[in-house]
Amino acid sequence: MDPLFQKIQTLSRPASSAQTPGSNVAKQPRNLDPSLHPFERAREYTRALNATKLERMFAAPFIGQLGRGHVDGVYTMAKDPNNLQIFASGSGDGVVKVWDLTSREEIWNANAHENIVKGMSWTRDKKLLTCASDRTIKLFDPYNTSSGKAPTATWLGTNAFTSLSHHRSKNAFAASSGVISIYDLEKTNAPPDVLKWPTATDTITAVSFNQVETSILASTATDRSIILYDLRTSMPLAKTVLNFASNAIAWNHQEAFNFAVGSEDHNIYIFDMRKMNRALNVLKDHVAAVMDVEFSPTGQELVSASYDRTVRLWSRMKGHSRDVYHTKRMQRVFSAKWTPDSKYILSGSDDGNIRLWRANASKREGIKSAKQRQSLEYNEALAERYAHMPEIRRIRRHKHIPKVVKKAGEIKSEELKAIKRREENERKHTKMQFRKRRNEREKMILAAEK
Amino acid sequence: MEVDRPVETAQPATHFNGAVAAKSARTELVPTTVDAAQLRRRKEAEKEYGRGRKIPVKNIRDKKLRSNLKALENKYTTATLRLKDSEILHENTGGFLEPETPLERTYKVRQDDILPDVPIEAAKKRFDLKLDALGPYVCDYTRNGRHLLLAGRKGHVATMDWRDGKLGCELQLGETVRDARWLHNNQLFAVAQKKYVYIYDSAGVELHCLKKHIEVTNMEFLPYHYLLATVGNAGYLKYQDISTGQLVMEIPTHLGSPTSLAQNPRNAILHMGHQNGTVTLWSPNSTTPLVKLLAHRGPVRSLAIDREGRYMVSTGQDLKMAVWDIRMFKEVNSYFTRQPASSVAISDRGLTAVGWGTQTSIWRGLFTKSSLEQEKIQSPYMAWAGDGKRIERVKWCPYEDLLGVSHSEGFSSIIVPGAGEPNFDALEANPYENTKQRQEAEVKSLLNKLQPEMISLNPDYIGNLDLLSAEQRKAEKDLDQKPKDPIADIKNRGRGKNSSLRKYLRKKGSRNIIDERRLRIEELRKSQNEKQQKKLKETEAELGPALGRFARKGA
Repeated sequence: MDPLFQKIQTLSRPASSAQTPGSNVAKQPRNLDPSLHPFERAREYTRALNATKLERMFAAPFIGQLGRGHVDGVYTMAKDPNNLQIFASGSGDGVVKVWDLTSREEIWNANAHENIVKGMSWTRDKKLLTCASDRTIKLFDPYNTSSGKAPTATWLGTNAFTSLSHHRSKNAFAASSGVISIYDLEKTNAPPDVLKWPTATDTITAVSFNQVETSILASTATDRSIILYDLRTSMPLAKTVLNFASNAIAWNHQEAFNFAVGSEDHNIYIFDMRKMNRALNVLKDHVAAVMDVEFSPTGQELVSASYDRTVRLWSRMKGHSRDVYHTKRMQRVFSAKWTPDSKYILSGSDDGNIRLWRANASKREGIKSAKQRQSLEYNEALAERYAHMPEIRRIRRHKHIPKVVKKAGEIKSEELKAIKRREENERKHTKMQFRKRRNEREKMILAAEK
Repeated sequence: MEVDRPVETAQPATHFNGAVAAKSARTELVPTTVDAAQLRRRKEAEKEYGRGRKIPVKNIRDKKLRSNLKALENKYTTATLRLKDSEILHENTGGFLEPETPLERTYKVRQDDILPDVPIEAAKKRFDLKLDALGPYVCDYTRNGRHLLLAGRKGHVATMDWRDGKLGCELQLGETVRDARWLHNNQLFAVAQKKYVYIYDSAGVELHCLKKHIEVTNMEFLPYHYLLATVGNAGYLKYQDISTGQLVMEIPTHLGSPTSLAQNPRNAILHMGHQNGTVTLWSPNSTTPLVKLLAHRGPVRSLAIDREGRYMVSTGQDLKMAVWDIRMFKEVNSYFTRQPASSVAISDRGLTAVGWGTQTSIWRGLFTKSSLEQEKIQSPYMAWAGDGKRIERVKWCPYEDLLGVSHSEGFSSIIVPGAGEPNFDALEANPYENTKQRQEAEVKSLLNKLQPEMISLNPDYIGNLDLLSAEQRKAEKDLDQKPKDPIADIKNRGRGKNSSLRKYLRKKGSRNIIDERRLRIEELRKSQNEKQQKKLKETEAELGPALGRFARKGA
């Protein structure tokens, strides 16, 4: 055969293609042609499944408790908006303590009241306001005075105070008892402005200033109502009555018109204040009354404390909790707060301890290498992408909860089913069948007044 | 194989390198703006790296969902573009063999002609092993192509690193060996011996004796599922998980002893050829074949599937080599072999090697990925005649331009330019891996081991949403929905005896009860009838007096 075939080339990879000369690092060339990577969906799913399992394996939410806690139950907590690490707690015996989060130690305490400390708030100049059911409000200065010092100011009320909230920009705060009183910190002797729904007589349980639209104030009362006020008009805006009384109210920091209420009927309702005939979302999972609720600083998540001895974490968009925190010794939880960096959660319970939790049970805050971080992010994205798959959903949803809570949940669902069944039976044979069923997000609203 | 000279026509349909001769030169002005170039680039990327059709987002009413999906689509588009751009990083280009003039034929090139023209390093890959005492031999390459396993019928088994010419281990088993396979890497291999299947490690130490696998004739290893599939004379297909040691599935084929077995690398389905000419497709999730197709008139001697799982080449005792499109199970083309082909293999770049009698021919372009109709190839790309050695098995060496041919007198490695994938992915299979890399890859692949339940004809079904049952659940949940009116759904098809109205009348017409429903049906029937009559009249008029009688009702 004559050597006509000049055009020949065969594959030959030089030795340097495996490893650069003079280097001890092996090359890892990539070829992303899909035909070289079969089963991409199945393999990705397997990785997602592994990632989900790992996430549950590393879940360890409890970090520790603060100092030695209180002698009586912790009923209220307040974080300093100007400081990431200082916050205060008030207990049932009238003792107020201030804590440092980095050392997890007590830095200040005072025998502030003679009765249950019901509400606390930090002022703009880093002083601490406390109110209690002994009908007093006191102003302390934990930053500059030593423990046990007398308050710098005291206000006396006619009824037991239940809640406190400080205005975002003005030196004023609202305290609730039978009415809402707005005190001016600059004029300590002046009588407070009083806000009140004309016909209301019951105790107001919680009050909260909107931190973005600063003159808006929301309150809940034992007569099952949620009342919104605007300080500029000194007139109540709207009143909505729910089926059950609410225990706590919290504004969303990022979406100023949304707020959440924790209700006695075990649910948390998120409302848009402009459209009070319907809840934006109903968060159901607790099996006892919700005692406290708070939006995270990012506005995307919530934490709730409940009488069923658990703390639950929620996503604003989802109807069920993302995670549930409990310990063997934790009693009824009365307050739960996010730390201002939204990475940790504090809970105060009836057993007098203040516990520190991770906001994300499997996340660790240590410094990570780029590779580690990348793989964590990849795993997170994978788990999110395949979140709808039954096996992954099952693993993600599976949480260990105390037997009592589980049993209570079973009983509750059984009872709810019975109620529903009864209603459906009733519908079949009465005029009710011509009426439309009420949406789950509207059911809890009893009446609205303007 | 007898080869027909291609008839020289005025315009050859395609050049062998895939270029299509234009019928008429394009003379009109083509917009060469940036937009057109961009569009072309996007189209190319989509064709090569796209993952199916886009989701139409325009009609979605939910704002949040729409914006999410839109963002997702954008992400996919940029990803495909970046993948296309990353091709610039590929270090190697594929081999080729091209004639200088149209009169030359590439199949006339012999190995001796190639050797002086290729680099010494490549020429060294051409070698012969003379093992004439214990043959015929079967061969197998590891997934990265670095190691070779040879097994002689009379019990001689050897492994070697063929590039370095280093012998791994050598065994004289002293009994019949029917098949041998590497498992996931070069550390383990399975040998189908006289009675049982045995697993040996790289040093030749017998690790396991699989007593459940009796008189095995064919074996396949599914690397991503860690499944060793065997089938024996009794016709039982068995899947053994080699990472856990469990026998996953045992399926009686009821089709006698099989004549060939091959796996589809895309979806891990096994293709089995039988004595009666059928090819059956198996997965561990069904006890009956997924597909049964009659491929030959006589035993199916050998099967091969291309790596993208689109085409299958089968050879039979009926002197036929058939190319099948296994997406629709249709024969694309069939070729004639002068002797029954004993072995067939498809390389990474789509070259098909066929061993028949004492010869091997290599075909190019039997199927092309991106064209609708596949033309019949007139002559093979290359050929190799082995001086009277009966070919037992042909195997392509992955990531190399090499074809391993094992025959009655040993093994030959021959050079076939343009066969191998030039650019390997080191995270998938690395021909240059060191021990550390091999160990890491083993751990990684075990973590990502796929479950046998995931094997199905369409491997991308995993992760799909079950929309149908979700809709049904939603409908069941909504207690306030209006009751459906069955009569409103009846369409006016109006032709034949089984119009939906007639059917409804027949099934639910409740003969002697005249109620509101019945009246509605009657009314509907009447109106439909009138409409039909009117239409009939119209067509009659249209056709005219002579043709009017051919007008049909409901046409």
